Amino acid sequence: MWKNLLDWIEYRIPMMRVANMHAIQYPAPKNMNFWYVFGFLATIVLVNQIVTGIWLTMSYEPSAEGAFASVEYIMRDVEFGWLLRYMHSTGASAFFIVVYLHMFRGMIYGSYQKPRELLWLFGMFIYLALMAEAFMGYVLPWGQMSYWGAQVIVSLFSAIPVIGPDLVIWIQGDYVISGATLNRFFALHVIALPLVIVILVFLHIVALHEVGSNNPDGIEVKRKKGSLTEEEKTKYAMHEYYTNKYDIIDDVVPFFPHIVLKDLIAFSVFLLGFTYVLFFNPELGGYFLEHPNFEIANPLKTPEHIFPVWYFTPFYAILKAVPDKLFGVIAMFAAIICLALLPWFDRSSVRSWRYRSGLHKVNLLVFAAVFIVLGYLGGTPQAPWKVTLSQVCTVMYFAFFALLIIYSKNEKTKPLPARITK
Amino acid sequence: MSNAPVDNNRRRFLTVATSVVGGVGVIGAAVPFIASWNPSERAKAAGADVEVDISKVEPGQLLRVEWRSKPVWIVRRPAETLADLAKHEDQLKDPNSEKDQQPEFARNQYRSLKEEYLVLVGICTHLGCSPQHLKGGAFAEHVQGVPEGFFCPCHGSKFDMAGRVFQSVPAPSNMVVPPYQYVDDNTIIIGSEAEGA
Repeated sequence: MWKNLLDWIEYRIPMMRVANMHAIQYPAPKNMNFWYVFGFLATIVLVNQIVTGIWLTMSYEPSAEGAFASVEYIMRDVEFGWLLRYMHSTGASAFFIVVYLHMFRGMIYGSYQKPRELLWLFGMFIYLALMAEAFMGYVLPWGQMSYWGAQVIVSLFSAIPVIGPDLVIWIQGDYVISGATLNRFFALHVIALPLVIVILVFLHIVALHEVGSNNPDGIEVKRKKGSLTEEEKTKYAMHEYYTNKYDIIDDVVPFFPHIVLKDLIAFSVFLLGFTYVLFFNPELGGYFLEHPNFEIANPLKTPEHIFPVWYFTPFYAILKAVPDKLFGVIAMFAAIICLALLPWFDRSSVRSWRYRSGLHKVNLLVFAAVFIVLGYLGGTPQAPWKVTLSQVCTVMYFAFFALLIIYSKNEKTKPLPARITK
Repeated sequence: MSNAPVDNNRRRFLTVATSVVGGVGVIGAAVPFIASWNPSERAKAAGADVEVDISKVEPGQLLRVEWRSKPVWIVRRPAETLADLAKHEDQLKDPNSEKDQQPEFARNQYRSLKEEYLVLVGICTHLGCSPQHLKGGAFAEHVQGVPEGFFCPCHGSKFDMAGRVFQSVPAPSNMVVPPYQYVDDNTIIIGSEAEGA
């Protein structure tokens, strides 16, 4: 009966074939460590954002007159509205935490290297779409930070020569940030960008499963057809899509259930942190929800200190460090473009930092530290010493890429093991 | 990896236990999403009981108030109107209000707590229009011999001065009497019945 139903479906749509190919018989390297859980967590957070977002839309009012009041209405009057909103706002920050860790994983294990360039690029597009999504979402409550944050970000486009000022008016739909801006941001935030993100995530996963998952050793588990003896091949049943093209070495496990169970453990640890913030500290001292945003937007009064939410602050610090409007904007966007071009900047054939030079390890760690310091500098009030430090850190940020281009060509690397090490 | 033999019982227990705990978590997480579709505090406040001062209602007058965005009529019926109620009962669909269209206390000929004051949800039980109050003989045009009543302009349903529906009209049942109570002789609260009523 059950079997007949499944057969009936399978004849019409490849349900089991897809499940087998992408989960039950997908070869995942057995040495994936905790760095490999953040993709799964990002997917979970995406689902959280979509579901809570849909629910918030049911009570939110996208207009300059009603937005702020409707958020208060959600917080006070809608049953569990406070929870839905905090799940959404905490989810936004959680999204960036897991995405940043996910990206750093890719950097230390060289997951962007050939043949995973497109996979990395799709990831960067997701990151870009996510930043646009987060920015526009932050405008919607129409508080002081919403308004002035939008003011600053939209003004960035005015730095573009010739068309800049007209472009800003076009984006705003008015001569200032206004209800028209709010309404279009709402449309983009709830429909256009989520759709783009979901499609990009789909492409990201399709690309991942085509080239296969990297691992902390950075060595391929899929070998040339006919290069392995039966002894060396995996004993697990892997999908013929992979085994027809490659010999798969005995260093893999099926994604389901092995990796999924591991991911679920990570998910429960993640929930511990997430629910702590959600229930006990939803504003997280003004980092997840900034205090000026509890005041309604006032176009006549800029808050005393104005910064973006924490996940934008590293790039904001770069913007502030450059003492020229146009070049500041260029530097900020270049900082993101450099990340996207990493597969071509890194000319080494060894992926994982485990087998690369000490210089590369130091370079990566310094880069991570610089990113965090920039984040601090971009998210705290201005001071003269901070401007200088921002400038130093901005130079160091780009120096990471410059150095990588130079040393990776003839880098002294350690010999790669033939098999995945324990 | 350990080479201990697989204990299937233990494995089954752990699978079931984690599934049950996880399932409880999923159900718990679903609660806020389902509950948030309930009327909000604002809607509840808008749907709260309404207090009405009836001291200024003249005999024969109809007072309209709003309760849960619906019109509620309060009619002060003079003695002759009350006396007329019994005269046309043979023309009514449900003269004794056997259908459940009123709180228990109004299941009588007058369909009210106090005979003098009729309290009705002013909405036709056919398709939701609000009927007109025709008096001073104007209603006789629609029902011969009955001087006063309610006539629905949408589809011609007719009700008497106790909100009871006449025969051969589209409306299926008598008009609805909302729950209400007297705080004192001059004040009623629409929306709830007195304790133990």
